[in-house]
Amino acid sequence: MNSSMEASSAAGELSISRPSDNTLLLRLAGSWKMGQALPSANEVEKQIESGPGIERIAFDTKELSVWDTGLLTFVIKVRNLCSQGEIQLDSQGLPEGARQLLALASAVPEKKGARGETVRESFLSQVGEDAIAFARSSREMLDFIGEASIAFFRFLTGRAQFRRSDLILIIQESGAQALPIVSLISLLVGLILAFIGAVQLMLFGAQIYVADLVGIAMVRVMGAIMTGIIMTGRTGASFAAQLGTMQVNEEIDALKTLGVSPMEFLVLPRMLALVLMMPLLCLYANLMGILGGFIVGVGMLDLGLMEYYNQTKAGVGLDDLAIGLFHGLVFGVLVALAGCLRGLQCGRSASAVGDATTSAVVTGIVSIIVATAIITVLCNVLGI
Amino acid sequence: MNKTDAHITIKDLTMAYGSFVVMRDLNFTIGQGDVFIIMGGSGCGKSTLMRHMIGLQAPARGQVLYGDLSFWEAEPAEQDRIMKRVGVLYQSGALWSSMTLAENVALPLEQYTDLSPSQIREVVSLKLSLVGLAGFEDFYPSEISGGMRKRAGLARAMALDPDTLFFDEPSAGLDPVSARRLDDLILELRDSLGATVVVVTHELASIFAVGNNSVFLDPETKTMIAGGHPKKLLEECEDPRVHSFLTRGEETTGGALE
Ligand SMILES: Nc1ncnc2c1ncn2[C@@H]1O[C@H](COP(=O)(O)OP(=O)(O)OP(=O)(O)O)[C@@H](O)[C@H]1O
Ligand SMILES: [Mg+2]
Repeated sequence: MNSSMEASSAAGELSISRPSDNTLLLRLAGSWKMGQALPSANEVEKQIESGPGIERIAFDTKELSVWDTGLLTFVIKVRNLCSQGEIQLDSQGLPEGARQLLALASAVPEKKGARGETVRESFLSQVGEDAIAFARSSREMLDFIGEASIAFFRFLTGRAQFRRSDLILIIQESGAQALPIVSLISLLVGLILAFIGAVQLMLFGAQIYVADLVGIAMVRVMGAIMTGIIMTGRTGASFAAQLGTMQVNEEIDALKTLGVSPMEFLVLPRMLALVLMMPLLCLYANLMGILGGFIVGVGMLDLGLMEYYNQTKAGVGLDDLAIGLFHGLVFGVLVALAGCLRGLQCGRSASAVGDATTSAVVTGIVSIIVATAIITVLCNVLGI
Repeated sequence: MNKTDAHITIKDLTMAYGSFVVMRDLNFTIGQGDVFIIMGGSGCGKSTLMRHMIGLQAPARGQVLYGDLSFWEAEPAEQDRIMKRVGVLYQSGALWSSMTLAENVALPLEQYTDLSPSQIREVVSLKLSLVGLAGFEDFYPSEISGGMRKRAGLARAMALDPDTLFFDEPSAGLDPVSARRLDDLILELRDSLGATVVVVTHELASIFAVGNNSVFLDPETKTMIAGGHPKKLLEECEDPRVHSFLTRGEETTGGALE
């Protein structure tokens, strides 16, 4: 759309003159292209403000060599100034192409009310709004948990509609495929626990108790917590992203209009998969953690192989294991619910999917820690 | 026009997203066996109106009546019963991305019929070949083009031979020949199955080829400003906005598109 194809000449220049009392003539010269330093419309604004009595703004573009959107945005700014000051804009002097593009840009009037109005609110009303939003989101969460429970009971009575093949696929993705990372992390956590314990216990010559320390800590909570956090980041996030993308693509709407409950079709298999897989992964994490402690105990502290084994066996009770697996079960439900809830609440854009994923991970981790605290206190009260 | 009786009635409908009103005071009737066109400029609220009619978005005010029954005041079981007789083609196709085309079309059949797997396979092949996708049964939605996704969505919408079909911009993204075949298919569905078809579209050729009733939404006044048979609308409607829409912005009068 360049008016002429001269090699890029001097940078854009603007000179303002007043050929008559009521007219402002803008003389544009050189090359007016985007990305170059172009004169700003502020000059024109200053002129308008300095002298009253300007009724008309005209252009002279005889020395203009090339132009593109850079020129158009300048003219639009001038036009806005004109409409504020009730000044007539004479676009006659502009290049023919520029005039036509400007006419197209103003062909459809700006839609009123489409641009969200940003009203500054007082502090109190903001607090109020936030409180209401918080109450609403808590209710949504309760609704969701209620609906998920109903779906689960329908599953128990064999009436839930979902595809078995989905369930198996999700079990595979969230179970078997998580083994490498669970191995690595829990082995290292076991090692770390053993190291820290060893440094302290060696002061008393009680390094044999490293076996108890690592065994009880891993089996009772650490195995479950580490697995829970891994699964939040790995599977919870993927649930949120999957369901969020389905929301964006109207796939969830398509399920609803078909009369298929997204709760049964999408949430239930994910919840079942994690409820089944989390305790198993926990059990596996426990073993890997103990193995980590074992490596430190035998390799660094010169404990005997059987010695370490027997000490662990004596130290870790069956109730520790049961509590650990119970943690795992609860975390499975929480991670699946957090992921699915945020996914289904997702808006209709790519950035909303990102928010949903973030929010799923945050919700998942917070609920895991809170649940651990509650279970620990309960165990304390019950004396287990 | 074979206007036997009212199938869907929209009464004083106001649609809004939060406090942003999209359209207000809509009133129109879709008869049994109509091919009803919802038209209007881009962004004026056509898809939103469709979402109200298929039970995805509750009205801010007013009613959507199926027969004599107000959808949004009905019991959930009653709503389910109505929705089972409705097929929807979404603007983006909305195929379930984790399933193949065949599984997509088969899901409604598995849900609501007692057909055996082999019978379902036959029905699925038939529906896919009706939209020109024979042989694509085992493709995933990500492996086909946008226009093909649209057609597969159409096959899924038709799976259960519904009473009412909603199409959101069915011919957008299709080549002229496929678009033409689609128009024929719409008329065929109406004639052979007695289906009522509601089409959101701005394709003028389709509007005149298939529509026998319509509503025109205007974003400026935020309400409907015209309705009726599209050809009559072109000949008789005085409103310049409707006229310029139906003639692609050319101010000439007369049935240039016949
Ligand atoms: N989720 C939403 N939240 C707020 N406003 C929305 C939302 N979805 C749509 N809108 C607004 O509602 C109006 C109507 O949107 P709709 O999708 O119904 O338009 P349309 O007529 O289908 O357009 P097109 O022909 O381009 O598909 C638009 O102005 C849009 O800004
Ligand atoms: Mg739309």
